Amino acid sequence: MSDTALPPDRDDAPVTPMSTTRLAAIATGALTLLGGLAPLTPKVTWSALPLPALLLAIAVVLGAGVLPRLVDGFAVAVATLVTAATAVALLIAAHAPSVAGEVGVGFVITLIALWLGSWALIERLTVWRPTSPALARLADAAVPIVFGAFLFLFWEVITVGFGVPAVLLPPPSQIAVRFATSLPILGADFFQTVVRAAIPGWAIGSAAGILVALLADRVPFLGRGLIPLGDFVSALPLVGIAPIMVMWFGFDWQSKAAVVVLMTFFPALVNTVAGLAAAGRLERDLMHSYGASWGQTLVKLRLPAAGPHIFAALKLNSTFALIGALVAEFFGTPIVGMGFRISTEVGRMGLDMVWAEIAMAAITGSTLYSVLASIERRVTFWHPSNRGR
Amino acid sequence: MTIDAAIAPASRPRGPGLLARAFAGTTGPVVTIVAVLMVVWYAAAVWLNAPLVQSETPLSTAELVDATLALERPLLPAPHQILIELKKTVLDTPVTSKRSLVQHAWVTLSSTLTGFAFGALLGLLLAVAIVHVRSLEKSLMFWIVSSQTIPILAVAPIIIVVLGAIGVTGLVPKAIISAYLCFFPVTAGMVKGLTSPDRLHVDLMRTYDASPSATFWKLRVPASVPFLFTSLKVAIAASLVGAIVGELPTGAQAGLGARLLAGSYYGQTIQIWAALFAAAALAATMVGLVGALEGFVLRQMGTRR
Amino acid sequence: MDASPLRDPTIGTGAAAGGPAPGRVVIDARALSLTFDTADGVVHALSDVDLTVREGEFVSFIGPSGCGKTTLLRVIADLERATGGSITVDGVAPAEARTQRLYGYVFQAPALLPWRNVLANVTLPLEIFGMDKASRLEHARRNLDLVNLAGFEKKFPWQLSGGMQQRASIARALSFDPKLLLMDEPFGALDEIVRDKLNEQLLKLWAETAKTVVFVTHSIPEAVFLSTKIVVMSPRPGRIIDVIDCDLPADRTLEIRETAQFLAIAHRVREGLRAGHSYDD
Ligand SMILES: Nc1ncnc2c1ncn2[C@@H]1O[C@H](COP(=O)(O)OP(=O)(O)OP(=O)(O)O)[C@@H](O)[C@H]1O
Ligand SMILES: [Mg+2]
Repeated sequence: MSDTALPPDRDDAPVTPMSTTRLAAIATGALTLLGGLAPLTPKVTWSALPLPALLLAIAVVLGAGVLPRLVDGFAVAVATLVTAATAVALLIAAHAPSVAGEVGVGFVITLIALWLGSWALIERLTVWRPTSPALARLADAAVPIVFGAFLFLFWEVITVGFGVPAVLLPPPSQIAVRFATSLPILGADFFQTVVRAAIPGWAIGSAAGILVALLADRVPFLGRGLIPLGDFVSALPLVGIAPIMVMWFGFDWQSKAAVVVLMTFFPALVNTVAGLAAAGRLERDLMHSYGASWGQTLVKLRLPAAGPHIFAALKLNSTFALIGALVAEFFGTPIVGMGFRISTEVGRMGLDMVWAEIAMAAITGSTLYSVLASIERRVTFWHPSNRGR
Repeated sequence: MTIDAAIAPASRPRGPGLLARAFAGTTGPVVTIVAVLMVVWYAAAVWLNAPLVQSETPLSTAELVDATLALERPLLPAPHQILIELKKTVLDTPVTSKRSLVQHAWVTLSSTLTGFAFGALLGLLLAVAIVHVRSLEKSLMFWIVSSQTIPILAVAPIIIVVLGAIGVTGLVPKAIISAYLCFFPVTAGMVKGLTSPDRLHVDLMRTYDASPSATFWKLRVPASVPFLFTSLKVAIAASLVGAIVGELPTGAQAGLGARLLAGSYYGQTIQIWAALFAAAALAATMVGLVGALEGFVLRQMGTRR
Repeated sequence: MDASPLRDPTIGTGAAAGGPAPGRVVIDARALSLTFDTADGVVHALSDVDLTVREGEFVSFIGPSGCGKTTLLRVIADLERATGGSITVDGVAPAEARTQRLYGYVFQAPALLPWRNVLANVTLPLEIFGMDKASRLEHARRNLDLVNLAGFEKKFPWQLSGGMQQRASIARALSFDPKLLLMDEPFGALDEIVRDKLNEQLLKLWAETAKTVVFVTHSIPEAVFLSTKIVVMSPRPGRIIDVIDCDLPADRTLEIRETAQFLAIAHRVREGLRAGHSYDD
């Protein structure tokens, strides 16, 4: 076994965050106490904050700094619970009519304390190595989730607490409400932009790219000419073609789909070409020694080897497809569609609707991406990046 | 044509005749395919524009073809019409004029480059932080990656409007969109690059008891250089897209995006195509410059054979 | 003892080359063990290893693949922590020996940095130790001479043959003149002829510099030819099953491999390896 095959990062984690965590924990403790005691707003002097704040202070100091590794799991659990309690308390306090928009020192200090505490918790979760593998996997998955949850929490608490104008940035709760109450509109926009334009365009463009790559592989002359052209064109700002497509194919979804076809074609072409070159020299010689035809070699060796590249293109294209369809709608649409809604609501300063559409786009984009990724895992299970899962 | 210029320095294997050599390499096939595309383009222009030609007297075929290629607002302008428009707006119009394409290109270019500079810097810093702080790698990387699965350009109008509401207009909002599009490829590429040294080299530095900063500068940074340039090429192309799209939602007055928008309002197809060609030339030049810098640096480092 | 890695080399002094020099103890391992927790169970890479290496010795580890030779070397180099037992290197813990830069390590592969030419690769550790430029160059040149690579300073690793790359990596390990040289199958990937040549060079170098060498190999002739002491290891769990003194004369040439004494030692090593294997199946 060669040395390079050893798994990385065994005993020399580059930075041990223990000392910074301890500092953060102690600072959190002190700040939470201070924040709990200081007036919540210039007017409101009493609040429910001190109790969870005190608990947080104790738990974080114990969990992150003082207790030995033996009670790791326990400490992490307690710290999590109490941090969550403080978060909820802060959330409730921020929304109280007497507090929203006019927060005072106590609020700010508790906010900073919660930030430090959440950070310490994430650091702690990162270095936490539970002995049970199931628990370890859970801890691993929890890190980004906890991080994201805190991100949204701070967004909510800060926008509400400090009374940030909704034009600048509405709180997530307001976006969620708008989302829930505008489902019919969102559904129609989704249908127009995603189902009619983005997905068909994506399918046609990607399929055409893959087919042309195969053709370029079969006809070397074509390949030598097309590959440099494809490389070149895929660096160009192709979205700019949108106004022309609108002119050619009209305002409706056909023009959007055409833009998407064009945008997805070249990444599919370039990546498939790269993928077809990915099969090793040895394996190809082996197929040659069997007297395999071009088609047999393609199906049995080169297409499977190209799988990771092709899926990379399909995933990239799923994002491009949404971008193409949305941007094309800026150049004219019937009165439906996500891009149309975004540009008209921006004009009317209906920013919460705009954000609801963005949330819609985000959900669509990440769903498409993860569906493709899970298909990829099934199809290219043999690839090193998918092993051991 | 920009395409030829960008691909000309292709490698030419040694062979007997000049022509044979060109066709054994990529030059011959590329030229052939471009020529075929040109023919197709002209044919398509004639075919698409024919219904637009109005005439009282019946026209002969030659006259009809001539007419389809000389329309003021054709459905598909012929390449030479675009070139004439480019010449008119680039060479024959003073740079100070509002109609000068050079000026519009400059407006877009300046926000592209500003956004690129900040975005690439941000991406670099993020990558360095992620490589050094494990909790960031675990928590932040996931969100950075998933932020890219959403169509970021959808946010573009909001950034423009929000910043407009607080009085920030012009170059800055566009540069922010560009920077937003730029930072991800750089972060992703550099995280890969900075962690690319294999186990053996990391162990080697350990046997020297090298400090983290020595390991960083002498091992991780040089190892990441190829990754850096690859991601910079993607980033600068994305930056241009960001700047152009940033000019769309507010009906900006200047910039290539504004030209596209104005052209589409007034049906000035030739103007749209000229703006597209200018954007393509910008993209090709910038990517080409980064590529040239890459070649130079890698040769200096001796890693390019 | 001067702990500075940058002291001047003491060429050709001290321990008489070859013979078992009863010097100070440089490596001392007691009941050393190491287990890896892997996804499919615990691997006992080292189990109850006792080892003493004295100053000026040339010690070879030999054993079948996977018996823990690399692991033992990595424990000595503080690239791996033992999970049981104790070990000292030059009287201190491995971690301290590493921070004092007491040893040079030659990996199984050359591990040269592709963006540095030969000279810059050899000066890499010296840069990290903060040596000034003039002495860096002087040290590097001398050590490149030692491995017969003078004239190749400006070449990049990919412009060298495999044997030359490995020699450059030896020059790199020697560049800061460590008293201990740890070598993990440095010639494993080379052909027989080049290997013989490098073996002779290594032996000469060892005689000239009076270093302590710990050397991992798969090859019985190589081990017998080079060593003053051969440590035979066996797998599952990785352990030492025999330690053979190799008292061939100091000034060895390749011809010595035909002598009866040489063959006798080689035979003993082979017997030891065979005995170790019988545990297997
Ligand atoms: N990082 C690791 N994680 C898990 N197991 C390991 C690790 N490193 C080594 N091992 C295991 O420890 C044992 C000894 O490995 P080691 O590399 O020391 O063998 P070796 O004697 O050097 O073999 P070779 O001659 O093939 O280089 C092997 O069974 C190997 O699988
Ligand atoms: Mg080994």
